[in-house]
Amino acid sequence: MTTKPLRLRELAKGDERISHGHRMCSGCGAPIVVKQVLMATDYPIVASNATGCLEVSTCIQEYTAWKIPWIHSAFENAAATISGVEAMYRSLVKQGKLEDRNVKFVAFGGDGGTYDIGFQSLSGAMERGHDMMYICYDNGAYMNTGIQRSSATPFGANTTTCPAGDVIPGKLQQRKDMTKIMAAHGIPYVAQASPSSWMDLMKKVQKAFEIKGPKFLNVISPCNRGWRSRTDDAIALSKLAVETCYWPLYEIENGVTRVTIKPKEKKPLVDFLKPQGRFKHMFSPENAGMLTQAQEYVDAQWNQLLKEAAAGEADKAE
Amino acid sequence: MSKKYWEKLPQGSVVLEAGSSAKFKTGGWRSMRPKWIEENCIQCMFCWMYCPDMSVKVTAEGKRAEFDFEYCKGCGICALECPGKKGNKAIVMEQEGK
Ligand SMILES: Cc1ncc(C[n+]2csc(CCOP(=O)(O)OP(=O)(O)O)c2C)c(N)n1
Repeated sequence: MTTKPLRLRELAKGDERISHGHRMCSGCGAPIVVKQVLMATDYPIVASNATGCLEVSTCIQEYTAWKIPWIHSAFENAAATISGVEAMYRSLVKQGKLEDRNVKFVAFGGDGGTYDIGFQSLSGAMERGHDMMYICYDNGAYMNTGIQRSSATPFGANTTTCPAGDVIPGKLQQRKDMTKIMAAHGIPYVAQASPSSWMDLMKKVQKAFEIKGPKFLNVISPCNRGWRSRTDDAIALSKLAVETCYWPLYEIENGVTRVTIKPKEKKPLVDFLKPQGRFKHMFSPENAGMLTQAQEYVDAQWNQLLKEAAAGEADKAE
Repeated sequence: MSKKYWEKLPQGSVVLEAGSSAKFKTGGWRSMRPKWIEENCIQCMFCWMYCPDMSVKVTAEGKRAEFDFEYCKGCGICALECPGKKGNKAIVMEQEGK
């Protein structure tokens, strides 16, 4: 199959494969992510979905927003579910019971369902080498049950299970670097994307679908309820996340790291933190050290990534 | 004997109709309403791409048409991301029911 051209006007003529009438909150980032993923390709897609906002709000009773075969099993096993479907498909094709239509298998999960509770089933599916793509929409907390901290919650964020107050100033730990952990599985393709850079995201999806084996895509997905921000800023905030290097856009293909979009000018992290109420307490004088600490962490991660990308460049030049 | 509602549903929690959520209108959630000002529209289609609710209609030629107010929840992402023409936005948000 030739890769679908990514021109907005052409894309807009096509079917989004996810319908309106879903019940995600007004201004939620997740349906934008799903739309971009599904529209990047014309391949038939079969998806599984871990429990979470996306799953709960897109399929309620007899109302489904999905126009592709879609399975909800449980919170902790989206990857296991789709790996089983993929294995069944391969077997039926081999037995001649099913015509091979180049079906692509995808799992969607929130950060809770990916970084924490679905981690072992995801790790297992990746290690077994299934031909599937796992997509995490990372909104940085367990949003569906009321903003509980996850291992993806950024340092300092106020959540209901690490409430900023007299005892603690929000989350005390830094985020777990899930994208790098997935890369450490040695799988052929791992990438980080943002819906604000739709072309970059869709190119990564296209590339991943042409690669056989397990793929992992981590996508930032603003949640205005949990981030305590405005309903209109999902794209603006995901753009700031990229421009501050809080959420770098990069890919690791067969172990080689490449930054796909480097911000022209690296903005200070506060530009990303300030519009979000979950970081409000970090701007009070007694917590000034937290801002420095958060900035230093982002800088260190970014510099490390640049080093890895430079090593990749050097490899290629050899 | 007439069947109860739940007895008419397919077994195994299966939904057989793709995209059946279209039967559920979410436009009633809206408190702010986007207004499309066509003369300022450069047809960039950003509003279409960034709409979380698939509520920007597109013509057969791939051109932007009116909002789909049956589903638009009024988040305002389209208005914020709209580049407009010469600094004039092609989408502005207004109080619903004004
Ligand atoms: C085993 C199990 N534990 C807890 C829950 C309750 N639960 C449902 S959704 C959810 C939060 C999901 O969070 P995340 O994966 O981050 O996705 P989000 O809702 O933020 O999109 C929880 C805790 C569950 N469904 N199953």
